[in-house]
Amino acid sequence: MSSDDNPYDLLAEEHGEDHRWAFGTGFTDPLAGVDAAVPAGIDAAGLAAYCLMLGDDALIYSHRLQQWITRLPELEEETAVANIALDLLGQARLLLARAAAADPSLLPSGDGPGEDRLAFFRDEPQFRNVRLVERADADFAELVVRLLVFATWRLAVFERLRDGADPVLAAIAGRAVSELAYHRDYAAQWVVRLGDGTDVSRDRVRDALAAVWPLADELFARHPVEQALGGVAADPAAVRAEADLVLDTVLSTAGLDRPSAAPLGLVRGRAGRDGVHTEDLGYVLAELQSVARAHPDATW
Amino acid sequence: MVTRTAHEVAAATPDPELPPLTIADLGILRSVEHEGDTVVATITPTYSGCPALREIGVDLRRRLAAAGFARVEVRTRLAPPWSSDWITAEGRRKLAEAGIAAPRAVADEARGEAAAGEAARRGGPVPLSLLPARPEVACPRCGSARTVRTSAFGATACKALYRCDECREPFEYVKEI
Repeated sequence: MSSDDNPYDLLAEEHGEDHRWAFGTGFTDPLAGVDAAVPAGIDAAGLAAYCLMLGDDALIYSHRLQQWITRLPELEEETAVANIALDLLGQARLLLARAAAADPSLLPSGDGPGEDRLAFFRDEPQFRNVRLVERADADFAELVVRLLVFATWRLAVFERLRDGADPVLAAIAGRAVSELAYHRDYAAQWVVRLGDGTDVSRDRVRDALAAVWPLADELFARHPVEQALGGVAADPAAVRAEADLVLDTVLSTAGLDRPSAAPLGLVRGRAGRDGVHTEDLGYVLAELQSVARAHPDATW
Repeated sequence: MVTRTAHEVAAATPDPELPPLTIADLGILRSVEHEGDTVVATITPTYSGCPALREIGVDLRRRLAAAGFARVEVRTRLAPPWSSDWITAEGRRKLAEAGIAAPRAVADEARGEAAAGEAARRGGPVPLSLLPARPEVACPRCGSARTVRTSAFGATACKALYRCDECREPFEYVKEI
Protein backbone atom coordinates (compact mmCIF):
# COMPACT_ATOMS: atom_id res chain seq x y z
CA MET A 1 0.00 0.00 0.00
CA SER A 2 1.37 3.36 -0.91
CA SER A 3 1.60 5.77 1.95
CA ASP A 4 -0.64 8.16 0.01
CA ASP A 5 -3.57 5.88 0.83
CA ASN A 6 -3.49 6.61 4.52
CA PRO A 7 -3.18 10.11 5.92
CA TYR A 8 -1.71 8.77 9.15
CA ASP A 9 1.12 7.13 7.28
CA LEU A 10 1.71 10.41 5.50
CA LEU A 11 1.96 12.19 8.83
CA ALA A 12 4.43 9.68 10.14
CA GLU A 13 6.65 9.75 7.06
CA GLU A 14 10.11 11.16 7.30
CA HIS A 15 10.01 14.64 5.87
CA GLY A 16 12.77 17.12 5.32
CA GLU A 17 13.78 19.48 8.09
CA ASP A 18 11.33 22.12 6.90
CA HIS A 19 8.23 19.96 6.43
CA ARG A 20 6.37 18.91 9.52
CA TRP A 21 2.75 18.10 10.04
CA ALA A 22 2.03 20.60 12.77
CA PHE A 23 3.50 23.65 14.43
CA GLY A 24 5.57 22.66 17.45
CA THR A 25 6.39 19.14 16.30
CA GLY A 26 9.85 17.89 15.47
CA PHE A 27 11.43 18.59 18.84
CA THR A 28 15.13 19.21 18.99
CA ASP A 29 17.45 19.39 21.94
CA PRO A 30 16.47 22.54 23.88
CA LEU A 31 20.15 22.94 24.74
CA ALA A 32 21.40 22.65 21.14
CA GLY A 33 24.61 24.60 20.78
CA VAL A 34 24.95 25.23 24.52
CA ASP A 35 28.30 24.07 25.92
CA ALA A 36 27.31 20.96 27.89
CA ALA A 37 30.66 20.43 29.62
CA VAL A 38 30.38 20.19 33.39
CA PRO A 39 32.92 22.61 34.90
CA ALA A 40 35.86 21.07 36.73
CA GLY A 41 35.22 20.59 40.42
CA ILE A 42 31.49 19.93 40.02
CA ASP A 43 30.27 16.39 40.61
CA ALA A 44 28.46 15.60 37.33
CA ALA A 45 26.31 12.82 38.82
CA GLY A 46 25.23 15.09 41.67
CA LEU A 47 24.45 17.93 39.26
CA ALA A 48 22.34 15.57 37.15
CA ALA A 49 20.47 14.29 40.21
CA TYR A 50 19.75 17.87 41.24
CA CYS A 51 18.51 18.89 37.78
CA LEU A 52 16.31 15.82 37.82
CA MET A 53 14.62 16.96 41.06
CA LEU A 54 13.92 20.43 39.73
CA GLY A 55 12.96 19.12 36.30
CA ASP A 56 10.59 16.47 37.69
CA ASP A 57 8.85 19.07 39.86
CA ALA A 58 8.16 21.14 36.75
CA LEU A 59 7.22 18.18 34.52
CA ILE A 60 4.71 16.62 36.92
CA TYR A 61 3.22 19.94 37.99
CA SER A 62 2.90 21.07 34.40
CA HIS A 63 0.95 17.88 33.66
CA ARG A 64 -1.38 18.43 36.62
CA LEU A 65 -2.03 21.99 35.43
CA GLN A 66 -2.66 20.78 31.87
CA GLN A 67 -5.38 18.50 33.26
CA TRP A 68 -7.28 21.66 34.23
CA ILE A 69 -7.53 22.89 30.64
CA THR A 70 -11.20 23.12 29.49
CA ARG A 71 -12.37 22.87 33.14
CA LEU A 72 -11.39 26.29 34.47
CA PRO A 73 -14.02 28.82 35.58
CA GLU A 74 -13.24 31.53 33.04
CA LEU A 75 -11.54 31.86 29.67
CA GLU A 76 -8.89 34.16 31.17
CA GLU A 77 -8.01 31.45 33.68
CA GLU A 78 -7.76 28.86 30.89
CA THR A 79 -5.22 31.08 29.19
CA ALA A 80 -3.34 31.74 32.39
CA VAL A 81 -3.06 28.13 33.52
CA ALA A 82 -2.15 26.93 30.01
CA ASN A 83 0.64 29.52 29.87
CA ILE A 84 1.93 28.62 33.32
CA ALA A 85 1.92 24.92 32.39
CA LEU A 86 3.80 25.76 29.19
CA ASP A 87 6.45 27.76 31.05
CA LEU A 88 6.95 24.86 33.48
CA LEU A 89 7.12 22.33 30.66
CA GLY A 90 9.82 24.46 29.03
CA GLN A 91 11.75 24.56 32.31
CA ALA A 92 11.34 20.78 32.66
CA ARG A 93 12.70 20.16 29.15
CA LEU A 94 15.78 22.30 29.80
CA LEU A 95 16.45 20.73 33.20
CA LEU A 96 15.95 17.14 32.04
CA ALA A 97 18.18 17.82 29.03
CA ARG A 98 20.82 19.21 31.41
CA ALA A 99 20.50 16.10 33.63
CA ALA A 100 20.83 13.81 30.60
CA ALA A 101 23.93 15.64 29.33
CA ALA A 102 25.63 15.75 32.74
CA ASP A 103 25.11 12.07 33.55
CA PRO A 104 24.06 9.83 30.62
CA SER A 105 24.05 6.82 32.97
CA LEU A 106 20.72 8.14 34.32
CA LEU A 107 18.98 7.45 31.04
CA PRO A 108 16.63 4.53 30.56
CA SER A 109 17.64 2.47 27.51
CA GLY A 110 16.28 3.60 24.16
CA ASP A 111 17.12 5.82 21.22
CA GLY A 112 15.13 8.99 21.81
CA PRO A 113 16.43 12.30 23.09
CA GLY A 114 17.56 12.23 26.72
CA GLU A 115 14.73 14.47 27.94
CA ASP A 116 12.13 12.13 26.37
CA ARG A 117 13.69 8.99 27.80
CA LEU A 118 13.71 10.55 31.25
CA ALA A 119 10.12 11.77 30.98
CA PHE A 120 8.53 8.71 29.45
CA PHE A 121 10.55 5.65 30.42
CA ARG A 122 11.23 6.02 34.12
CA ASP A 123 8.94 4.44 36.73
CA GLU A 124 7.56 6.08 39.86
CA PRO A 125 10.48 5.30 42.22
CA GLN A 126 12.85 7.01 39.77
CA PHE A 127 10.95 10.29 39.82
CA ARG A 128 12.40 12.87 42.20
CA ASN A 129 9.59 15.45 42.40
CA VAL A 130 8.14 16.60 45.70
CA ARG A 131 4.76 15.11 46.60
CA LEU A 132 3.13 18.57 46.53
CA VAL A 133 3.05 18.61 42.72
CA GLU A 134 1.62 15.15 42.10
CA ARG A 135 -1.74 15.71 43.82
CA ALA A 136 -4.81 16.66 41.81
CA ASP A 137 -6.48 19.89 42.91
CA ALA A 138 -9.95 19.49 44.42
CA ASP A 139 -11.10 22.88 43.09
CA PHE A 140 -9.84 26.20 41.76
CA ALA A 141 -9.03 27.44 45.28
CA GLU A 142 -6.70 24.50 45.75
CA LEU A 143 -5.12 25.20 42.37
CA VAL A 144 -4.19 28.77 43.30
CA VAL A 145 -3.05 27.84 46.83
CA ARG A 146 -0.79 25.04 45.55
CA LEU A 147 0.55 27.31 42.81
CA LEU A 148 1.24 30.06 45.34
CA VAL A 149 3.23 27.73 47.61
CA PHE A 150 5.10 26.08 44.73
CA ALA A 151 5.93 29.26 42.80
CA THR A 152 6.98 31.14 45.95
CA TRP A 153 9.41 28.36 46.91
CA ARG A 154 10.71 27.80 43.40
CA LEU A 155 11.22 31.51 42.74
CA ALA A 156 13.29 31.86 45.93
CA VAL A 157 15.40 28.83 44.96
CA PHE A 158 15.90 29.95 41.34
CA GLU A 159 16.85 33.49 42.37
CA ARG A 160 19.84 31.89 44.12
CA LEU A 161 20.59 29.43 41.31
CA ARG A 162 21.30 32.34 38.94
CA ASP A 163 24.65 32.70 40.68
CA GLY A 164 25.36 28.97 40.88
CA ALA A 165 28.59 27.38 39.69
CA ASP A 166 27.09 25.44 36.77
CA PRO A 167 26.67 27.99 33.97
CA VAL A 168 23.92 26.00 32.22
CA LEU A 169 21.79 25.61 35.35
CA ALA A 170 22.41 29.26 36.20
CA ALA A 171 21.25 30.30 32.72
CA ILE A 172 18.11 28.12 32.93
CA ALA A 173 17.32 29.71 36.29
CA GLY A 174 18.03 33.18 34.91
CA ARG A 175 15.32 32.72 32.30
CA ALA A 176 12.86 31.05 34.68
CA VAL A 177 12.92 33.66 37.46
CA SER A 178 10.72 36.20 35.71
CA GLU A 179 8.30 33.45 34.66
CA LEU A 180 8.00 32.18 38.24
CA ALA A 181 7.49 35.69 39.61
CA TYR A 182 4.59 36.08 37.18
CA HIS A 183 3.10 32.72 38.27
CA ARG A 184 3.43 33.60 41.93
CA ASP A 185 1.78 36.99 41.52
CA TYR A 186 -1.11 35.44 39.56
CA ALA A 187 -1.70 32.88 42.33
CA ALA A 188 -1.24 35.44 45.12
CA GLN A 189 -3.80 37.81 43.59
CA TRP A 190 -6.34 35.00 43.35
CA VAL A 191 -5.74 33.87 46.95
CA VAL A 192 -6.41 37.46 48.06
CA ARG A 193 -9.57 37.67 45.93
CA LEU A 194 -10.90 34.38 47.28
CA GLY A 195 -9.87 34.95 50.89
CA ASP A 196 -11.26 38.47 50.89
CA GLY A 197 -14.31 37.48 48.82
CA THR A 198 -17.56 35.76 49.75
CA ASP A 199 -18.25 33.28 52.55
CA VAL A 200 -18.13 30.48 49.99
CA SER A 201 -14.82 31.56 48.47
CA ARG A 202 -13.29 32.04 51.92
CA ASP A 203 -14.37 28.56 53.03
CA ARG A 204 -13.00 27.06 49.85
CA VAL A 205 -9.61 28.74 50.17
CA ARG A 206 -9.40 27.72 53.85
CA ASP A 207 -10.05 24.11 52.89
CA ALA A 208 -7.43 24.44 50.18
CA LEU A 209 -4.85 25.73 52.64
CA ALA A 210 -5.61 22.82 54.98
CA ALA A 211 -5.14 20.35 52.12
CA VAL A 212 -1.94 21.85 50.67
CA TRP A 213 -0.08 22.96 53.79
CA PRO A 214 1.00 19.49 55.01
CA LEU A 215 2.89 19.08 51.71
CA ALA A 216 4.80 22.37 51.95
CA ASP A 217 7.46 21.23 54.43
CA GLU A 218 9.03 18.84 51.96
CA LEU A 219 9.98 21.77 49.71
CA PHE A 220 12.24 23.22 52.38
CA ALA A 221 13.89 20.01 53.57
CA ARG A 222 17.57 19.85 52.62
CA HIS A 223 18.30 16.67 50.68
CA PRO A 224 21.75 15.00 50.60
CA VAL A 225 21.97 15.77 46.86
CA GLU A 226 21.65 19.49 47.62
CA GLN A 227 23.94 19.24 50.60
CA ALA A 228 26.73 17.72 48.52
CA LEU A 229 26.46 20.37 45.78
CA GLY A 230 27.65 23.48 47.57
CA GLY A 231 28.03 26.39 45.17
CA VAL A 232 25.86 24.68 42.54
CA ALA A 233 22.58 23.97 44.34
CA ALA A 234 20.49 26.35 46.40
CA ASP A 235 19.89 25.30 50.00
CA PRO A 236 16.08 25.04 50.26
CA ALA A 237 16.22 25.41 54.04
CA ALA A 238 17.86 28.81 53.54
CA VAL A 239 14.96 30.15 51.45
CA ARG A 240 12.34 29.34 54.08
CA ALA A 241 12.39 32.75 55.75
CA GLU A 242 12.02 34.57 52.43
CA ALA A 243 9.21 32.26 51.30
CA ASP A 244 7.42 32.52 54.66
CA LEU A 245 7.51 36.30 54.46
CA VAL A 246 5.82 36.20 51.05
CA LEU A 247 3.23 33.61 52.12
CA ASP A 248 2.43 35.46 55.34
CA THR A 249 2.01 38.72 53.42
CA VAL A 250 -0.43 37.09 51.01
CA LEU A 251 -2.38 35.32 53.77
CA SER A 252 -2.70 38.39 55.97
CA THR A 253 -3.80 40.53 53.00
CA ALA A 254 -6.39 37.86 52.23
CA GLY A 255 -7.57 37.80 55.85
CA LEU A 256 -6.57 34.16 56.20
CA ASP A 257 -4.75 32.40 59.01
CA ARG A 258 -1.66 30.38 58.40
CA PRO A 259 -2.69 26.72 58.81
CA SER A 260 -1.17 24.80 61.67
CA ALA A 261 -1.53 21.40 59.98
CA ALA A 262 1.25 18.90 60.66
CA PRO A 263 3.48 17.99 57.70
CA LEU A 264 2.63 14.87 55.74
CA GLY A 265 4.69 12.03 57.21
CA LEU A 266 7.72 10.48 55.61
CA VAL A 267 7.93 6.78 54.73
CA ARG A 268 10.86 5.37 56.70
CA GLY A 269 12.42 8.81 56.53
CA ARG A 270 11.95 9.13 52.80
CA ALA A 271 9.71 11.20 50.54
CA GLY A 272 9.38 12.46 46.94
CA ARG A 273 13.04 13.43 46.52
CA ASP A 274 13.96 9.80 47.35
CA GLY A 275 11.42 8.37 44.92
CA VAL A 276 8.79 7.64 47.58
CA HIS A 277 5.53 9.07 46.27
CA THR A 278 1.82 9.08 46.95
CA GLU A 279 -0.39 6.92 44.77
CA ASP A 280 -1.38 10.06 42.83
CA LEU A 281 1.87 10.03 40.86
CA GLY A 282 0.92 6.70 39.30
CA TYR A 283 -2.16 8.27 37.70
CA VAL A 284 -0.12 11.17 36.32
CA LEU A 285 2.50 8.86 34.83
CA ALA A 286 -0.11 6.52 33.34
CA GLU A 287 -1.49 9.43 31.35
CA LEU A 288 1.82 11.12 30.65
CA GLN A 289 3.67 8.00 29.50
CA SER A 290 1.12 5.64 27.94
CA VAL A 291 1.40 6.85 24.35
CA ALA A 292 5.19 6.93 24.36
CA ARG A 293 5.35 3.45 25.88
CA ALA A 294 2.76 1.96 23.51
CA HIS A 295 4.70 3.35 20.53
CA PRO A 296 8.33 3.39 21.64
CA ASP A 297 9.58 4.00 18.09
CA ALA A 298 7.28 6.93 17.39
CA THR A 299 8.70 10.35 16.64
CA TRP A 300 7.09 13.74 17.19
CA MET B 1 26.32 32.60 -5.61
CA VAL B 2 26.05 34.43 -2.33
CA THR B 3 24.79 37.96 -2.87
CA ARG B 4 23.47 38.87 0.56
CA THR B 5 25.42 38.51 3.75
CA ALA B 6 24.47 35.68 6.07
CA HIS B 7 23.45 38.24 8.66
CA GLU B 8 21.06 39.97 6.27
CA VAL B 9 19.44 36.66 5.35
CA ALA B 10 19.13 35.49 8.96
CA ALA B 11 17.85 38.84 10.18
CA ALA B 12 14.98 38.75 7.66
CA THR B 13 13.53 35.55 9.19
CA PRO B 14 10.00 36.29 10.43
CA ASP B 15 8.85 35.35 13.91
CA PRO B 16 6.25 32.56 13.58
CA GLU B 17 3.98 34.01 16.26
CA LEU B 18 4.41 37.69 15.35
CA PRO B 19 4.94 37.38 11.59
CA PRO B 20 5.15 41.11 10.81
CA LEU B 21 8.32 41.20 12.92
CA THR B 22 11.63 39.56 12.13
CA ILE B 23 13.72 37.76 14.71
CA ALA B 24 16.16 40.67 14.50
CA ASP B 25 13.34 43.14 15.30
CA LEU B 26 12.51 41.05 18.39
CA GLY B 27 16.09 40.69 19.57
CA ILE B 28 15.90 36.89 19.33
CA LEU B 29 18.79 36.72 16.83
CA ARG B 30 21.91 37.17 18.93
CA SER B 31 24.64 36.77 16.34
CA VAL B 32 25.54 35.41 12.91
CA GLU B 33 29.16 34.40 12.52
CA HIS B 34 31.35 32.49 10.11
CA GLU B 35 33.30 29.62 11.66
CA GLY B 36 35.42 28.22 8.82
CA ASP B 37 32.95 27.35 6.08
CA THR B 38 30.00 27.18 8.49
CA VAL B 39 27.51 29.94 9.21
CA VAL B 40 26.61 29.87 12.90
CA ALA B 41 23.37 31.64 13.81
CA THR B 42 22.69 32.02 17.52
CA ILE B 43 19.19 32.58 18.87
CA THR B 44 17.71 33.12 22.34
CA PRO B 45 14.35 31.81 23.59
CA THR B 46 11.93 34.47 24.80
CA TYR B 47 10.31 32.11 27.35
CA SER B 48 11.46 28.67 28.58
CA GLY B 49 8.59 26.91 26.85
CA CYS B 50 8.36 29.03 23.71
CA PRO B 51 7.43 26.54 20.95
CA ALA B 52 8.46 28.99 18.24
CA LEU B 53 12.19 28.52 18.82
CA ARG B 54 12.27 25.24 16.94
CA GLU B 55 10.34 26.77 14.01
CA ILE B 56 12.75 29.69 13.92
CA GLY B 57 15.73 27.34 13.79
CA VAL B 58 14.23 25.36 10.91
CA ASP B 59 13.36 28.52 9.00
CA LEU B 60 16.83 29.99 9.58
CA ARG B 61 18.51 26.90 8.17
CA ARG B 62 16.21 26.83 5.16
CA ARG B 63 16.68 30.52 4.34
CA LEU B 64 20.44 30.44 4.71
CA ALA B 65 20.66 27.29 2.57
CA ALA B 66 18.48 28.89 -0.11
CA ALA B 67 20.75 31.96 -0.07
CA GLY B 68 23.74 29.76 -0.89
CA PHE B 69 25.23 29.01 2.50
CA ALA B 70 25.92 25.30 2.37
CA ARG B 71 26.85 24.69 5.98
CA VAL B 72 24.61 26.21 8.62
CA GLU B 73 24.44 25.62 12.36
CA VAL B 74 21.81 27.07 14.67
CA ARG B 75 22.76 27.42 18.30
CA THR B 76 20.74 28.34 21.37
CA ARG B 77 22.06 30.85 23.88
CA LEU B 78 20.33 31.04 27.26
CA ALA B 79 22.30 33.76 29.03
CA PRO B 80 21.67 36.58 29.40
CA PRO B 81 17.94 35.85 29.25
CA TRP B 82 15.93 37.59 26.56
CA SER B 83 14.38 40.89 27.54
CA SER B 84 11.53 42.72 25.84
CA ASP B 85 13.85 45.73 26.02
CA TRP B 86 15.73 44.11 23.14
CA ILE B 87 12.83 44.74 20.75
CA THR B 88 14.13 47.38 18.34
CA ALA B 89 12.49 50.69 17.44
CA GLU B 90 11.59 49.14 14.08
CA GLY B 91 10.05 46.18 15.93
CA ARG B 92 7.97 48.50 18.08
CA ARG B 93 6.75 50.37 15.02
CA LYS B 94 5.70 47.10 13.37
CA LEU B 95 3.91 45.95 16.55
CA ALA B 96 1.89 49.16 16.66
CA GLU B 97 1.05 48.75 12.97
CA ALA B 98 -0.24 45.23 13.72
CA GLY B 99 -2.47 46.57 16.51
CA ILE B 100 -0.28 45.14 19.30
CA ALA B 101 0.92 47.37 22.13
CA ALA B 102 4.68 47.33 22.60
CA PRO B 103 6.15 46.51 26.02
CA ARG B 104 7.11 49.22 28.47
CA ALA B 105 10.79 49.46 29.32
CA VAL B 106 11.95 47.29 32.20
CA ALA B 107 15.54 48.51 32.15
CA ASP B 108 15.01 51.46 34.45
CA GLU B 109 13.11 49.66 37.22
CA ALA B 110 13.48 45.91 37.67
CA ARG B 111 16.76 45.55 35.83
CA GLY B 112 18.59 48.29 37.62
CA GLU B 113 19.83 51.50 36.05
CA ALA B 114 23.48 51.04 36.84
CA ALA B 115 25.81 48.25 37.84
CA ALA B 116 24.86 48.72 41.50
CA GLY B 117 21.18 48.46 40.73
CA GLU B 118 21.82 45.38 38.65
CA ALA B 119 23.72 43.72 41.50
CA ALA B 120 20.92 44.54 43.93
CA ARG B 121 18.38 43.06 41.59
CA ARG B 122 20.30 39.84 41.16
CA GLY B 123 20.96 39.50 44.84
CA GLY B 124 17.55 40.34 46.18
CA PRO B 125 14.12 38.78 45.97
CA VAL B 126 11.63 39.77 43.28
CA PRO B 127 9.01 41.98 45.00
CA LEU B 128 5.54 40.51 45.39
CA SER B 129 2.75 42.26 43.54
CA LEU B 130 -0.65 41.81 45.17
CA LEU B 131 -2.64 44.26 43.09
CA PRO B 132 -3.51 43.64 39.47
CA ALA B 133 -1.27 45.74 37.25
CA ARG B 134 -2.47 49.29 36.65
CA PRO B 135 -0.44 49.80 33.57
CA GLU B 136 -0.05 52.80 31.41
CA VAL B 137 -0.49 51.03 28.14
CA ALA B 138 -1.81 53.21 25.35
CA CYS B 139 -4.35 51.71 22.97
CA PRO B 140 -2.54 50.84 19.73
CA ARG B 141 -5.66 51.78 17.73
CA CYS B 142 -6.84 55.11 19.14
CA GLY B 143 -3.94 56.07 21.39
CA SER B 144 -6.12 56.46 24.49
CA ALA B 145 -4.52 55.79 27.87
CA ARG B 146 -7.88 54.62 29.24
CA THR B 147 -7.10 50.92 28.98
CA VAL B 148 -7.59 47.96 31.32
CA ARG B 149 -5.86 44.64 31.51
CA THR B 150 -8.40 41.86 30.99
CA SER B 151 -5.93 38.98 31.39
CA ALA B 152 -2.35 38.76 32.58
CA PHE B 153 -1.79 35.99 30.04
CA GLY B 154 -2.56 35.81 26.34
CA ALA B 155 -2.62 33.58 23.28
CA THR B 156 1.16 33.22 23.34
CA ALA B 157 3.62 33.20 26.23
CA CYS B 158 4.82 36.71 25.44
CA LYS B 159 1.46 38.53 25.45
CA ALA B 160 -1.28 39.75 27.81
CA LEU B 161 -4.81 40.92 26.93
CA TYR B 162 -6.12 44.47 27.26
CA ARG B 163 -9.20 46.45 26.37
CA CYS B 164 -9.51 50.11 25.47
CA ASP B 165 -12.32 51.92 27.32
CA GLU B 166 -12.28 54.70 24.72
CA CYS B 167 -12.69 52.83 21.44
CA ARG B 168 -13.91 49.64 23.19
CA GLU B 169 -11.54 47.43 21.19
CA PRO B 170 -9.60 44.57 22.78
CA PHE B 171 -5.90 44.41 21.99
CA GLU B 172 -2.78 42.43 22.82
CA TYR B 173 0.21 43.71 24.75
CA VAL B 174 3.70 42.24 24.59
CA LYS B 175 4.57 41.71 28.28
CA GLU B 176 7.62 43.48 29.65
CA ILE B 177 10.13 40.90 30.86
